[in-house]
Amino acid sequence: MAQKEEYPLKKVCIICAKGTIEDVYAALIMANGAVMEGIEAKLFFTFFGLDAITKKQMDKLHTGTVGNPALRMPGGLPFPTILGMLPGVEAGVSAMMKSQMEKLDFPPVKEFLEMIVAGGGEIYACKMAADMFKIRKEDLTEEVIDIITVGRFYEMSGGQGTQIIFT
Amino acid sequence: MAEKVLAEITVNVNSEGYFEDPSQWTKEMAFEMAKEYNIDLTDKHFEVLEYLREKHMAGEQLTIRKVGNSGITDIKGLYQLFPGGPLKISSKLAGIPKPASCI
Repeated sequence: MAQKEEYPLKKVCIICAKGTIEDVYAALIMANGAVMEGIEAKLFFTFFGLDAITKKQMDKLHTGTVGNPALRMPGGLPFPTILGMLPGVEAGVSAMMKSQMEKLDFPPVKEFLEMIVAGGGEIYACKMAADMFKIRKEDLTEEVIDIITVGRFYEMSGGQGTQIIFT
Repeated sequence: MAEKVLAEITVNVNSEGYFEDPSQWTKEMAFEMAKEYNIDLTDKHFEVLEYLREKHMAGEQLTIRKVGNSGITDIKGLYQLFPGGPLKISSKLAGIPKPASCI
């Protein structure tokens, strides 16, 4: 009988390309979860995901209230898209998301990045996106190791038991 | 449910080796389990284990953030105390169930 071989996950390289609360936290939770399990984690932020590591923006992330069919009212009723367009609604929904996450002990973005780095995780920014948005290294939070090219990213993603995850 | 002999006492553990009944735990058992992870338990380790047990008994969900804010050690320190599993290994050594939290 053929023996089933197990190949444990050793490294994850997680790409975050969007800047909404849920996209950013999905990447942060996966990276933090990896280091907590003793799995090496590298986190790459690109395009709008750069907001999560930009000092000015990182603690002001929002959840989109337009074009999100899974968004519902607290009671479970559908959230009409037209309501999401009203001024202040997106800020209100975002504040509610953050307070719910705070209850589950999810830290703010900055603290979450610190936790990942404390566990040996590494944070990088994408060169092309940084150039495009005119973002320099000093605009980024100090947890970011460097602004790197896609080629460098692939170099870091080598090795058996490595997975690249695009959130 | 499985049984395991730790420090010459038989205890009930699950398939992954986590205690089924935290009241069966003793410090000597923690020392024995720590050997599997090549950890020499110090007073600092026990401060963390006691903290985890206390919070677990109080019915609180544990996270590394909570331990990091406990004043015992910071998160980096927690990783150094329990390499490769700051919450998982510490929970096992503390004789409490496997953490059910994602952070």
